[in-house]
Parts: sequence; structure tokens; C-alpha cells
Amino acid sequence: MSFINYSSREINCKIVYYGPGLCGKTTNLQFIYSKTSPELKGKMISLATETERTLFFDFLPLALGQIRGFKTRFHLYTVPGQVFYDASRKLILKGVDGVVFVADSQIERMEANLESVDNLKINLKEQGYELEKIPYVVQYNKRDLPNAAPLDEMRRLLNTMGVPDFEACANLGKGVFDTLKATAKGVLTDLKRLGGGR
Amino acid sequence: MIDTPLVMYDDDHRKILAVLQRLVRDANAKGIFLVDKNGQLVAEAGEMRGIDSTSLASLTAGNIAATGGLAKIIGEEEFPIHFHQGQRDNLHITLVAGRIILVVVFDERSSLGLVRLRVKKAGAELGHIFEEIRKKTERAQAAGTASPFAEITDDDIDNLFSE
Repeated sequence: MSFINYSSREINCKIVYYGPGLCGKTTNLQFIYSKTSPELKGKMISLATETERTLFFDFLPLALGQIRGFKTRFHLYTVPGQVFYDASRKLILKGVDGVVFVADSQIERMEANLESVDNLKINLKEQGYELEKIPYVVQYNKRDLPNAAPLDEMRRLLNTMGVPDFEACANLGKGVFDTLKATAKGVLTDLKRLGGGR
Repeated sequence: MIDTPLVMYDDDHRKILAVLQRLVRDANAKGIFLVDKNGQLVAEAGEMRGIDSTSLASLTAGNIAATGGLAKIIGEEEFPIHFHQGQRDNLHITLVAGRIILVVVFDERSSLGLVRLRVKKAGAELGHIFEEIRKKTERAQAAGTASPFAEITDDDIDNLFSE
């Protein structure tokens, strides 16, 4: 749910990175943070366990530039991927404007990917959203690993709606900004289409 | 979708700011932050300008969301008032109109009792203002004028990513 502030001439939107545990959601945000100039980003917050697994969420505020005199600000969140943190995932999806699904390309993680997509659909529905109706982008991460599943196969299983999708190696930065741009573009196009309303 | 976007105009912002500035004085507060339940900072007042209010907003919303989840587990609808006591500074957090979070930071110049008393009155006033904002947004949506983004072009969006 976007926040349009005429007083400061800003528009704020929320993008959530979703996906199974250890798929690279936090790595996406860390790369964006490391490559964004200081005046365009805020502090990155990671609420993580001692072993650096996401406990609640990661948060990165990002300014993208101006449209028609309005500063566009995106708040990027990740969810904790581990199955038992489902209650936290639901909370983070509240008020979401766009979703990135980060899939783990390793063939042995395919089941976890599918389970996470189903979980995303269920949790969105509980908040009153439908995945088909919100800006949605799929990222196939860890493409550089030797045990990566064929791209066609991943597309067939994980991108049944034919939304924009990207190959990535988030630790090297490949595909990270393409994914973000496509999602931000989807969110802004959605705002335009809906005239700011939902 | 179940939520409507929050659209705040200049006059709304002025009214909100007036309530917050009065609350700063009446409650002897160091700083006051108004945060949308989704983690967006709506307004701030007091002597704490310069702190990382974006992070404060996001973490406050996360905190309210988590305790709201806890409340439901034990059969409560929500915990509308939170108090965090620090060594020097304290936080008093209240949920206003079910959607907005009022954060008051105060130190030994004030007291929990005074803050609670003043927040009650200010919270009611803010509740009215946000009810008006909600109605105004609904009217604007019905008229198709809720957003300056309704008229942007694909080129505008592409230009944002051109560099």
C-alpha cells in the first residue's frame, strides 16, 4: 500500500523479497546496498540470528529518482525463508506493493522453491491480496552453481504466470538490479493504471 | 485489495504537525514520530531531528506487527499501548485509529503518567484527522484523482531507470 505525501512530494512503496531459506534474499539487498550511492540509500537493517539467518526481516530504504516532481522511494524488505517463521512472513507482506520471488536454482532445492511459492500465495490471500494482481517478478538465483537446474525447467515450474524473470548470481551482483528495476517498474505502472488506488 | 493508499496533502500535514508540536510541549517529550502501520514515516516533531527516522519507522511498524501477532495468539485483538523503558530515554507507542502509530520519546524531564495523559487527547485528535484523510482518499479514488501517478507515462518510468 503506497503512501503519497504531497507535503514532502514523495511517494513511498514497499517491495518484499520472498523465497525459501538460504535462496539469497538478504544477499540481493546487501548487493543493492553496497552498490548504491550514500545519498540514495538509508541504513540497511538486518534482524538476524547470531548465525546470520534472517529472524524477522531485512530492510533497505532506497530513493530511485523523481517522477513528475515526486521523489520515488522504495522500501525493500526480505522475509525469513525458514519454514517455521511463517507468522513473521505474513506480517511483512502487509501493505506490500510488489513481490520478488528469489528461487534457489540448485536442483535439490526445487521442492523448497515450490513450497515457498505456495506459501506466498496462501499468505498473500490471508492479507486480501492475489499474486496474479500484484506486480511480481521471479529471479532464478545461484545460476553459477554446477548443480543448477535447467532454466526452462525452472520457468515451467516457478513462473506459470509468465511474469518478468531474471537469471542471477546475487553474491556477484548479476541480475540483482535487473530484478529490482523490473519490480519497481511494475509497481509504478500499477500505480499509474490504478490511479493511485487499489 | 483491502487497503487504500495513504494520501496526505499539505493541509493534512499541517494539521497533524500542529497536534504533534503541541504534544511535544504538553508532554515534555524529546521527540514524536507518527508512523504508518506499514512502516512509512508520516510526520515528526521535537528536538530529535537528524536521527534515523526511516529506520525508526520501519522497526516500530515491525514491533507493532509482531506484538499484534502475539496478541492474537493469546486471544487479544491488539496491544494498543507499548512502553519501553531505557536508562535515559523511554518510548511510549500507541496505535491510533487502528492504522497509525504514535511514538513518543521522553526522558527524565517528563513521566510515563504525563505522557499517557497527553497522548490520550492527542491520539483522539489524530484519529479524527486520519478519518478525514481516509474519507478524502476514498472520494478522490472514486473520482479517479487520487494520485499524481495517474498521468505518468511509460517514458517517465523508463527515464527513472535510464542512468
